[in-house]
Amino acid sequence: MSGVPGGALLETQALRKEFGGLVANHDVDFVVPYGAIVSLIGPNGAGKTTFFNQLTGVYKPTSGRVFFAGEDMTGKPPHAYTQRGIGRTFQNIRLFQNMTALENVLVGMHTRLQGNIFEAILRTPRVRAEEREARERARELLEFCGLVRKDEVIGRSLSYGDQRRLEVARALATRPKLLLLDEPTAGMNPQETAEFTTFVGRLRAERELAVLLIEHDMKVVMGISDRVTVLDYGEKIAEGTPAEIQRDERVIEAYLGSGAVHA
Amino acid sequence: MSRRQIRDAIAQAWWQALGAAGLPQQRWRSWPRWTRRGVKAVVALALGLVLVALFGVWKASALAVAAVVVLVVVPSWSRLTVRGLPVGRWIAPLMVLGIAIAYPYYLGSLPQLPVFGPFPAVSTMVVAAIFSMMALGLNFVVGYAGLLDLGYVAFYAMGAYMAGWFASYQFSNRHVNLGAVGLDQGWAGLHFSIWLILPMAGIATAIVGVIIGLPTLRLRGDYLAIVTLGFGEIMPQIARNGNDLFGFNLTNGTGGITPIDGPGFGDGFVARHLHLPANYLLAANFDAIFFWTAIVLVLITVFCSWRLRDSRLGRAWVAIREDETAAAAMGVPLMRTKTWSYATGAFFGGVAGAYFATYNSGAFPDQFFFNISVFILCMVILGGMGNIWGVIFGACFLAYLNQEGLANVGAWINGHFDTNIEVPNYEYGIYGVIIVLVMLFRPEGLIPSRRRAAELHEGVEDEPFYDVQQGGLPEAAG
Repeated sequence: MSGVPGGALLETQALRKEFGGLVANHDVDFVVPYGAIVSLIGPNGAGKTTFFNQLTGVYKPTSGRVFFAGEDMTGKPPHAYTQRGIGRTFQNIRLFQNMTALENVLVGMHTRLQGNIFEAILRTPRVRAEEREARERARELLEFCGLVRKDEVIGRSLSYGDQRRLEVARALATRPKLLLLDEPTAGMNPQETAEFTTFVGRLRAERELAVLLIEHDMKVVMGISDRVTVLDYGEKIAEGTPAEIQRDERVIEAYLGSGAVHA
Repeated sequence: MSRRQIRDAIAQAWWQALGAAGLPQQRWRSWPRWTRRGVKAVVALALGLVLVALFGVWKASALAVAAVVVLVVVPSWSRLTVRGLPVGRWIAPLMVLGIAIAYPYYLGSLPQLPVFGPFPAVSTMVVAAIFSMMALGLNFVVGYAGLLDLGYVAFYAMGAYMAGWFASYQFSNRHVNLGAVGLDQGWAGLHFSIWLILPMAGIATAIVGVIIGLPTLRLRGDYLAIVTLGFGEIMPQIARNGNDLFGFNLTNGTGGITPIDGPGFGDGFVARHLHLPANYLLAANFDAIFFWTAIVLVLITVFCSWRLRDSRLGRAWVAIREDETAAAAMGVPLMRTKTWSYATGAFFGGVAGAYFATYNSGAFPDQFFFNISVFILCMVILGGMGNIWGVIFGACFLAYLNQEGLANVGAWINGHFDTNIEVPNYEYGIYGVIIVLVMLFRPEGLIPSRRRAAELHEGVEDEPFYDVQQGGLPEAAG
């Protein structure tokens, strides 16, 4: 699947978002190659989550375009992005709090299932088989993400770390080609963070995913990223390999060196 | 005394009795399970017959004894499975169903209740069943998808007028008869069989639901409620003023459309041999057969609610209720999913409306005021949003209060305190108080849905890692 512009999995061209007079994203050009782990870093309020929200259709860009696998996705509704293969997690965990872990994952499979309302009422053999298979796959996913025997636990009853894991499982259930993780290690202790870093590496290796990460923990960012992009005041100030970013003077001034390494 | 203590006492008595009959506990236990069950069933039946013989069937004391037995025994059966089928779970609902179906037969032998007076008449039960169906329909929208709909009466009106248009003399320059029963000589107008009209009304109402839904469902929360409120007002206005729509008499204005044909199976070969009523309106047990038919309709609604709840669509509805943004990000198409919930709710509202119209033999615009929307919403909230049994209970209870209960209570108050209060006049005030009390003390409704129940009873399984709740995280948004 070579995309029309560039051949990258995800590409933005001069993506701009304004809220009233505030320019949250200032004409950002950005690329995620197939199979890459890319990190997006920057000080608080730099426009990282706004950028994410434009990559998933939650916000419509003021101008500029978003291409995914060569298709122009600009202005499409969020579910279309999921349908094409972008899965995401949220910065403040947004599970379906009163649904079980299994049901959370099943909702993630929505676009990959087909049963319609009439088939559901009649519970046709096709729907029955599909449901059984979906449940099976959901259990596998829960296990893959480290949620063993938590199928029937209500979302809000899960521990904080498990809620984060469940969010990833739910995002994986959408069968993404690109997984967007918004500060996935926020609130984790160093050991959990290390485990999570290994897990992201496994995701790419076993599921052939590209991962786009917003992260403040520089150990995570420098440890697993192929490329790092730095945003400051909505503008892209640097882009490159972790080593290049660590040497970049603008980045050190704006973010790394200003004492905000662990924001 | 707790239920457990009662059960232990009964078990104790059982072993004593067995021992007296020369059957010690070990030997009894060595018997195969089915033999033991069989013996137990025979004994229970014999005890029941004794009760019947001693007390007469439906005397209050016998009923009370039966209720205690049922309360003690049924929970222990609820896990019963036969070849992997969860038969046990069906026992309680089937008992309720049986008691409901037999209601017209034993109503006459039921005692008077204190304060509430006599048990509700069968005609009240018909209304309760129809409102159950409407409340279950609204439950798709409010309970499952979490969309506040204050204009549900529009669907009820649409269904009623569908019956009015297709089973009356309204369009008297047409002559169409499709299986209608009980027509006079020299009939005119459209006369479809009611059995045909029920699904037609459902589908037409669902289409209206989609038409109303498409522009409004983009809105969230309060805004949606206000717009649905508007549509709920528009529909009755059309009904009221629809006697001259550009010269065409659509709804017969304030007079309403009446009479509407009754349902019936005609006197064809099959109907005659199955003893199905030829024409409901002429039958001697008029209310009873309307009641039984209404039960069938409610059962269909329950079946659909139940199937949809555990389906892909049902999960998407709940996901939208829980967190719209997250649902969209997981690939749930918001508009389409919400519109389906609206259409499904409208469908059952329409069928119930059409059935109500044929029962009343008329569709009148003053039946479709805003307060009916609120009334149905109250049923859903009172019983427990999202829970099928809760909604049915709420609907039956409020419909009963509306039809008879309040008047009976009022009569009791006036009779005992030498006052002259017209209690039914304060109807909506009383419902308001009930809703406020429910919201204060039991916001999840009288019979909460499984999700709520699980949340309340299982509690937090293990403590959160950090004391961080949603929104408690530092807002480090980019």
